[in-house]
Amino acid sequence: MSQIAHKKRIGAEAVEEKGWLRAHKWLILRRISQFGILGLFLLGPLAGIWLVKGNLNYSYTLDILPLTDPFVALQSLAAGHVPETLGLIGVAIVLAFYLLVGGRVYCSWVCPINVVTDLAGWLRDRLGIKGGSSLSRNTRYWILGMTLVGSALTGVVLWELINPISMLHRGLIFGLGTAWTVVIAIFLFDLFVMTRGWCGRLCPVGAFYSLIGRWSPVRISAPQRAACNDCMDCFEVCPEPQVIRPALKGEAKGVGPVILAPNCTNCGRCIDVCSKDVFTYTLRFNNPASTSPLVRVQPESQ
Amino acid sequence: MLGLGLGLYAKQSKALPALALRPPGALPEDDFLGACIRCGLCVRDCPYNTLELAKPETPVATGTPFFNARNIPCEMCEDIPCVKACPTMALDHALVDINKAKMGVAVLIDHETCLNFLGLRCDVCYRVCPVIDKAITLDMVPNTRTGRHAMFLPTVHSEHCTGCGKCEKSCVLEESAIRILPPKLAKGELGRHYRVGWDEQKKAGRSLIDESKMQDLPDRMPEGAVLPGHYDPASGHTESLRGMPGSEAGAIPSLPPGLGGKP
Repeated sequence: MSQIAHKKRIGAEAVEEKGWLRAHKWLILRRISQFGILGLFLLGPLAGIWLVKGNLNYSYTLDILPLTDPFVALQSLAAGHVPETLGLIGVAIVLAFYLLVGGRVYCSWVCPINVVTDLAGWLRDRLGIKGGSSLSRNTRYWILGMTLVGSALTGVVLWELINPISMLHRGLIFGLGTAWTVVIAIFLFDLFVMTRGWCGRLCPVGAFYSLIGRWSPVRISAPQRAACNDCMDCFEVCPEPQVIRPALKGEAKGVGPVILAPNCTNCGRCIDVCSKDVFTYTLRFNNPASTSPLVRVQPESQ
Repeated sequence: MLGLGLGLYAKQSKALPALALRPPGALPEDDFLGACIRCGLCVRDCPYNTLELAKPETPVATGTPFFNARNIPCEMCEDIPCVKACPTMALDHALVDINKAKMGVAVLIDHETCLNFLGLRCDVCYRVCPVIDKAITLDMVPNTRTGRHAMFLPTVHSEHCTGCGKCEKSCVLEESAIRILPPKLAKGELGRHYRVGWDEQKKAGRSLIDESKMQDLPDRMPEGAVLPGHYDPASGHTESLRGMPGSEAGAIPSLPPGLGGKP
């Protein structure tokens, strides 16, 4: 069964059942968000319309809204430097936002590298590339720790020396230079060396944001988990598949349907590719432990 | 291992190339790299497009702002918009007078090609200097080649030089003879215990030593050298012997033939 399902394209069933648009809804919205944000930044240098100045590390919108990347600010703090007032306000706003909507929303809805690694992941699946090496998904937390300790020791905002996210994003806005080689390297790494290698195992920025989103209210849930037909499409498409199982298969263990793992990026691809509409966005409090399936199952079984 | 590599890279990245200048108010390089969050707001708010952000291949820490004076110098805006735009203290917000900026120090680095040193009156670096007559002066010395002209030597006074780079930008040579260098590279440093005698004398209002007890040793001159007008009290000669044999001039160099003086 699973073999047959595997030969099909991920989400084929969902496209059949729900139509192409509904089976790509969140993906499309995410791309609009990612490219829209990039577009806002590019409007200045390309068209002379300065709505937003700066880049993802710090930006100033309409000369009123400062936004600071808290991870960069934290490294700078570790290096012994406190931002200016606007910089600090920017940190507070960004922190508040991601505390609310989920830290790794940054990864799936904002980060430009996500487009690259998603493409690599998609291509890897289409080309049927298997194997390669693997690293623990906790590696990123070690790298995160290292960047902070390293920043303190060297007095340099350490990760910014090589951060591919800012290299790409800043590069597109201020001039790319050879930053494209870093982007290609990450693409090839994810394509041939390691499944979801960069975003899922190495990137300390994502690791940092996952910590911010540890208790965020906006979550993805599987309230219709009783309807799951084990097609595995959600696992295949998910950049952090380990987060799904406890929620989707936790009924017997009395675990609620909300995906609480902080590494869920709230990308919503599982919602898209599920032909049974098992998943949905919800609030983390909406997590009625073991009882929820029973409530939900009844209308399904009619 | 990645950490170690990154640490070494961080150390190497601290070496700012001599011709890359930081914006006004930039903290010392070591601090700058910890405070700057690479946002590029200073670049955006510079009205003259002087600043750029380092690309990965630039030998400046990636994403940090710098400028090359020979390309576009700092125009020294009075309101210093780049500093105002900085969301961190990487550009020190305490800098409110652009004349107090220290982006570097101009150094007239090549005396062999500088037109003024060749005895011409180029003067361009002096003329364009926003702190003219303070940061750069023209110091007059006799032109010993012609023997009858003066040379006007552009002379930088580092305490007034902001390192804006307008002199380097406008030097008329193919390669600029005057360049902005980091102060650390450009400046010597006296030992802390050094006291300049004549300054101390001026401060104290009198000589700090008992001059009557001072012993004057004979001046050491290269063999056969003659210094017109030089009198060495310790030489044993009397002062009237000024202008020794071999020096036709005596105390004052003669005017060149045909120029003033006695016919």
